[in-house]
Amino acid sequence: MARYAMVIDTARCVGCMDCVVACKTENGVPEGYDRDWIAYETTGAFPSLHMQIRSERCNHCDNPPCVFCCPCGASHIHERGGVVLVHHDKCSGCKACIAACPYDARFIHPEGYADKCTFCIHRVEEGRDPACVAVCPTHCMHFGDLEDPNSNVSRLLASRTHHALLPEAGTKPQLWYLD
Amino acid sequence: MLELVTTRTNPMIDPSLYIWGWEIPVYLFLGGLVAGMMMISGYFLFKGRQREVSCSCLTLPLLSVVLLSLGMLALFIDLSHRWHFWRMYTTFEPTSPMSWGSWILLLVYPALLANALIRPPAWITSRLPWVIPLSQRIAERSATVKFIGIVNMLLGGLLGIYTGILLSAFGARPLWNSSILGLLFLTSGLSSAAAFVHMVASDPYEQKLLAKADNGFLTLELVIIALFLIGLVSSAQPHMEAAHLLLSGSYAPVFWVFVVGLGIVLPLVIQSMAVNYKIAHTPVAPILVVLGGLILRFVIVHAGQVSHWTRVVSSH
Amino acid sequence: MNSLSRRRFLKISGTAVGVAAASTAAMRAAGTITLTTQQTEKGVRTVPTYCDICFWKCGTIATVRDGALWKVEGNPIDPLSRGRLCPRGTGGVGAHYDPDRLKAPLLRKKKRGQEEWVEVTWDEAFDFIAQKMQAIKQRYGPEAVALFSHGIGGNFLKHMIKAYGSPNVAAPSFAQCRGPRDVGFRLTFGEDVSSPERTDIRNARCLVLIGNHLGENMHNTQVQEFADAVGNGATVIVVDPRFSIAAGKASYYLPIKPGTDIALLLAWMHVIVTERLYDRDYVAQHGFGFDQFAASLAPFTPAWAYPETGIEPDVIAATAREMAAHKPATLVHPGRHVTWYGDDAQRSRAIALLNALLGSWGRKGGFYTPVSMDLPAYPYPEYPVSARGNVDNPGHKYPFAHETITTGIREATITSHPYPIMGWWVYATNLLHALPNEAETIKAIENLDLMVVVDVIPSETAGWADVVLPESVYLERHDDLNVEWFREPFIGLRQPVVPSPHDQKPNWWIAKKMADHLGLGAYFPWKDIEEYHRYRMTAGGFDYDALKKDGILLGPKQPVYFDEGVKPVFPTPSGKIEFYSPQLQQAGFDPVPVYHRPPAGPPGYYRLLFGRSPVHSFSRTHTNRILSDAMSENEIWVHTQTALRNGLSEGLYVRLKNQDGVVSNRIKVNVTERIRPECVYMVHGFGHTSRMLTHAFGKGASDAQLVTRYTTDPLMGGTAMNVNFVTFVPVEA
Repeated sequence: MARYAMVIDTARCVGCMDCVVACKTENGVPEGYDRDWIAYETTGAFPSLHMQIRSERCNHCDNPPCVFCCPCGASHIHERGGVVLVHHDKCSGCKACIAACPYDARFIHPEGYADKCTFCIHRVEEGRDPACVAVCPTHCMHFGDLEDPNSNVSRLLASRTHHALLPEAGTKPQLWYLD
Repeated sequence: MLELVTTRTNPMIDPSLYIWGWEIPVYLFLGGLVAGMMMISGYFLFKGRQREVSCSCLTLPLLSVVLLSLGMLALFIDLSHRWHFWRMYTTFEPTSPMSWGSWILLLVYPALLANALIRPPAWITSRLPWVIPLSQRIAERSATVKFIGIVNMLLGGLLGIYTGILLSAFGARPLWNSSILGLLFLTSGLSSAAAFVHMVASDPYEQKLLAKADNGFLTLELVIIALFLIGLVSSAQPHMEAAHLLLSGSYAPVFWVFVVGLGIVLPLVIQSMAVNYKIAHTPVAPILVVLGGLILRFVIVHAGQVSHWTRVVSSH
Repeated sequence: MNSLSRRRFLKISGTAVGVAAASTAAMRAAGTITLTTQQTEKGVRTVPTYCDICFWKCGTIATVRDGALWKVEGNPIDPLSRGRLCPRGTGGVGAHYDPDRLKAPLLRKKKRGQEEWVEVTWDEAFDFIAQKMQAIKQRYGPEAVALFSHGIGGNFLKHMIKAYGSPNVAAPSFAQCRGPRDVGFRLTFGEDVSSPERTDIRNARCLVLIGNHLGENMHNTQVQEFADAVGNGATVIVVDPRFSIAAGKASYYLPIKPGTDIALLLAWMHVIVTERLYDRDYVAQHGFGFDQFAASLAPFTPAWAYPETGIEPDVIAATAREMAAHKPATLVHPGRHVTWYGDDAQRSRAIALLNALLGSWGRKGGFYTPVSMDLPAYPYPEYPVSARGNVDNPGHKYPFAHETITTGIREATITSHPYPIMGWWVYATNLLHALPNEAETIKAIENLDLMVVVDVIPSETAGWADVVLPESVYLERHDDLNVEWFREPFIGLRQPVVPSPHDQKPNWWIAKKMADHLGLGAYFPWKDIEEYHRYRMTAGGFDYDALKKDGILLGPKQPVYFDEGVKPVFPTPSGKIEFYSPQLQQAGFDPVPVYHRPPAGPPGYYRLLFGRSPVHSFSRTHTNRILSDAMSENEIWVHTQTALRNGLSEGLYVRLKNQDGVVSNRIKVNVTERIRPECVYMVHGFGHTSRMLTHAFGKGASDAQLVTRYTTDPLMGGTAMNVNFVTFVPVEA
C-alpha cells in the first residue's frame, strides 16, 4: 500500500532548526511547544571530538505503543502510509500515550489533547513533502514511500549505512538516520 | 564523555517527564483499596458472614462506592481534555489496559451495588422503601449471595491487578517495566484494605482475622517488592538505573522510610505482636499501612516518570 | 513642537496596543499578536518578495490565509535560496506579529536614554527633525549629520542624506565585520570578497574554514553550499578554538590557540612554497613579487608555528598538502565577521595569498567572478559636493579603508575633530550592540543635537534617540530592487504582503517625506516607489509586472570562471596578484603578513569569543516570538576544566566580569568539551536592556557590553573585538 518514512542525512545536517521553525509556522504549533527538535550528540574529549546532529520527531512507528495504549481510539494509524495520528476530538487527555512513547515525542497541546508530528499528512496527501523536509536548507531530509523500491528513501537506505533510534524498544521506528 | 543536548522543552515532558501528579497515585491507591475491600467483603459473602449482624461486609460496599467515586473524580480531574472523557465509553480497545480499566470500573459499580443491596443500611431503606423487597429477594438466596461474593472478589482482583498492569504496559518507563507490578499493587491494595477494614470492623473476630490477613499481605508485599527490585536490577541498564532511584537515589529516603519502614515493617511488627496478644490492637498499625500504601503509589508513579531510556544532559 | 496636542504616554512597561487578531492558528504560532487585518478576506494567496531578517535577501513566497499572514517559504526560482529559507527567514512572520515592535513615531520626553516617549504624528516627527537638521546645516554644515545604515532598506535614506549634503554614510559591516577581509583581498587581488561572498563553496573539493562557523552562521547560500560540499565528499579543514558545527563535519579539526591564525597561514604557505605544491602556471601568469614573498616565508616552518598555534607540525604539513592536492578547487574561506585581534586585514591578506598560491581566485571551486543585471539607476540631480570631505578617516590615517569607518564617525562626534558631528540617523542597526565599547557610543550620542533612529523594534539604540520612526516590517513594504552580484544575475523585488498593523511606514516613504520637509523634493521626483521601479525596469528593458508576479527576474547565465572565458583582471597597482605589496610597504606596513603573538589576558580570566546562532540575526530577532521560542537566551560555553576550576555546573546562572570590571547580566552556563579551556564563548545579541523589548529584556547576557576594549586595525580602521577577557562572578554580586 504505502509505508511513509523519513531518511535524514546526519552528515549534512547542521542543526540549524529550520525544520523546527517551519513546522511551527506550517502547523501553528503553540509557543513553548515543539513537534520536532534537534539533538546534538558529542562524544570524546577536546579536541578529539565527534558530533552527530539529528532532527527528531515522532517516529511513526510500525509497532506504536502510543496507539496500543489509547483507551479512546484517538491515537490511530492512518489508512495510508502507516502515519500515526491523533483524532483530537476523541482524545480525553489521559496521557497514556505520552507515557508510552520511549522517544517522548508527544505532548499535551494547550487545548488539552495529545499532539505531535503528523508527517504533515495534509501536505503529503497533496503530493508535497512535510514542511520540515521541504525547508531544509542542507537538503538533508528525505520523505517517501519505503514500499516503493525506487523512492528516494528506499534508495538511500539501500546505499548507505543507517540507524533508527532505540530499536531495542521494539517500536519499529520509521525515521532513519544516515550515518 | 557524552554530551546530549536537545532543543526540545515541551511542558510536562522536559527536562523530565511529569504528566501525572497527585491525581493518578490517589486514584491508584483508592482503586487498590476498593479492590481489596471488594475481595474481603466478597470473601465474607462467599462464607455467608452477611448473616452476622456486625459483619463489616455490610458497610464496605457503600464505602467502596464512595471511595471509588472519589478515585474516579481524581481521574477525571487528571484528564487534560476531560469533557471528552465519554469517548472512553464509545469503544473498547483490547490492547489498552486503560480501556480495560474503564470498562472494569463500569462493571464494578453494579457489583458493589448488588453487594450493598444484601443488607442496605437504615438511612437508605427509610428513604427508598422499594429497596427492602429487592434486598430480601437477594439475601434469601444463598446461591445468589455467594455469586455476588464471587463476582466482587473477581472484579476486585481484576481492579487491583489492572492498575499495576496499566503501568507495566508502558515499556518506555523502565521502572514500571515489571510484570510483577500488577501483583504488587493487588497485594498492596489487599493489605491497605485489610488494615482499613481492621480499623472499621466492630466484630473482634473480624478484627483479628483481618489483622492476621494483613500481616500475611504485608509479608507477601515485602517479598514482592524484593522480587520487583531484584528483577529490575538484574535487567538492562535503564532498569538498573530505575531501580536505583528507589534503592539509593532521589526516592530512596521516602521509599525506605515511609513505604518499607513505616508502611510495612513497623506495622507488621506491631500487628504481629497484637495478634500474639503481646499488645492490644491499636489503630496505629493500620493507619501506617494505609498511608504506606498511598505513598507507595506516589513513589512508583513519580519515580517511574523520571526513569527513562535515553539520558539527556541538558535542554537548551 | 509646542503645538503638540495631548498624546498618550508610552510608559516604560511597554504595554502593547491590543487589537483583534485575525487568525487563531497564526496567533498560536506567534504568541499573542496585536494587529488589524482585512477580516473580510477569505482563502489562500501567495505573494513573492525577498527576506529581511538578515541582509542576504533570499527570495521568499509569503502565504496569506483568510487575510492573515500564515507562513513564508523560499521562492523556488531564487538563486540565493533555491527555494528554501534559513530558519530566521522561515520565522519571518514572527516579525510581523511581534507585540514589542514599534508602532508609531515617538518623540523623546526628558533625558536621552531614559526610554520615555510621547507618541506623535509623522508630520510632527518630520517637522521636529527638519528643524534640527536645518539648524545643524546652518551652524555646522550638512556634513555634521551622519547616517549609520545596514541593509538595502537604507538606500533611500542614504540618498536623502547625500542630497542634504553629507558624505558621512557608514555601515557597521565594514569596520566591525567584513572590512578587514575586503581590504586584505583588495591588497592582493585588487577586488574585495563581495557580499554575498563570491565563494564557490559547492564546487570546492577542499574547504578551509578559519573561525568561520557555517551552520551556526546561517547565511543561507553559504550553508546550503557547505552541505553540498560535505555531501559531495569534499575535505573540510576547520581551524577554530571552538569545536563548531562545521568542525563536526571536518576531516581535520585544528583547535588553534586564539589569535595565532597568521602563524598557521604562514606555515601552510611555507610548506606549499618550499614543497613547490602551488599552482605554478597560475602564479607565473598572474603573480607579482612572488620571489620576495617566497623568500620571506623561509623562517615560518610548521615547527616554528607549533608552539604559537598549538597545532602539531605534521598536522600543519598534512593539511597544507591536502589543500594543495585539490587545487585549484581548494577554497580557503575568507570568513565574514573577521574583526578579531587587530591584525585582521593582514590575516585576511594571508588568506588571500594562500588562495592565490592554490590558484583558486577566478577558478571553479574557489572564487567566481560575480555578475549582475544591468539595471539603470534613477536619474537624480547631482548631490552637493562637500568641501570638507568625509569625517571618519582624517588625514587618511587608515590608508586602505575604502569604505566609511563607523567608529571614525563616532570618534569625530566625541572629539569634534576634524569637524563636529551633531546629528545621527541610525537605520536598522543597533549601534550599542554593533560598535565596541558602549561607553564611547553613549558619550558620542550625548554630544548630539539630533538623534533619529529608524527601526522595526525598540532597540537599545532607539532608546537613546530623540525621534524614533517605526518602519514597516519587510512583509509589509516595498524596498529598492535587489540587483544582486552573484553566480547568476537576477533582480529581486520586495513588495507588501499584508498591510502594516499600526502607524509604521516603509523606508522609501520616510526618506521621501523627510526630503520634502527638508526642501529636497527634487531628489525624490517619483510619486511612489512603484513609479521608481517601473521607470528603472522599463529603462533596462525589463518587465516590471512579470517581476511583481514572480518576485524574481532571472538573467541569462554568464561565464564566471577564468576557464569559462572571464578575463583575469587584478585592479592592483601592478595589475597582477600582489604576493609582495609595494603599496603596503610604501605606507609603512608589512608587505607580506607578519605574525605577532596576541597579548594574554589576566590570570584567572578567559578570552571572550562570540558568534552566531542559526535562529537569530544580530540583536534584532529576540522579540520575534517564533525565533525566540527556538532560542530564548544565550549561554556561556565553558570547558569542563574551566567549570571545575570555577565551581560552575551545567545550567547554573553566573555573571561575567571583564578585565575592566564591567559585569554582565546573568547567563546560563553550558559545560562542554567543545571549546579550548582558556576561552569562553557566547552567542551575540542577547542581554537586552531596552525595556520596551519586553520579551527579550534581561534574557541572557550581552557580549557587546563586555567588549570594552578593542584594537584598531592600522590598515583600515577595523575594530578588533576578541581582545576581552572575562571571569565568573556569582549572580548576586
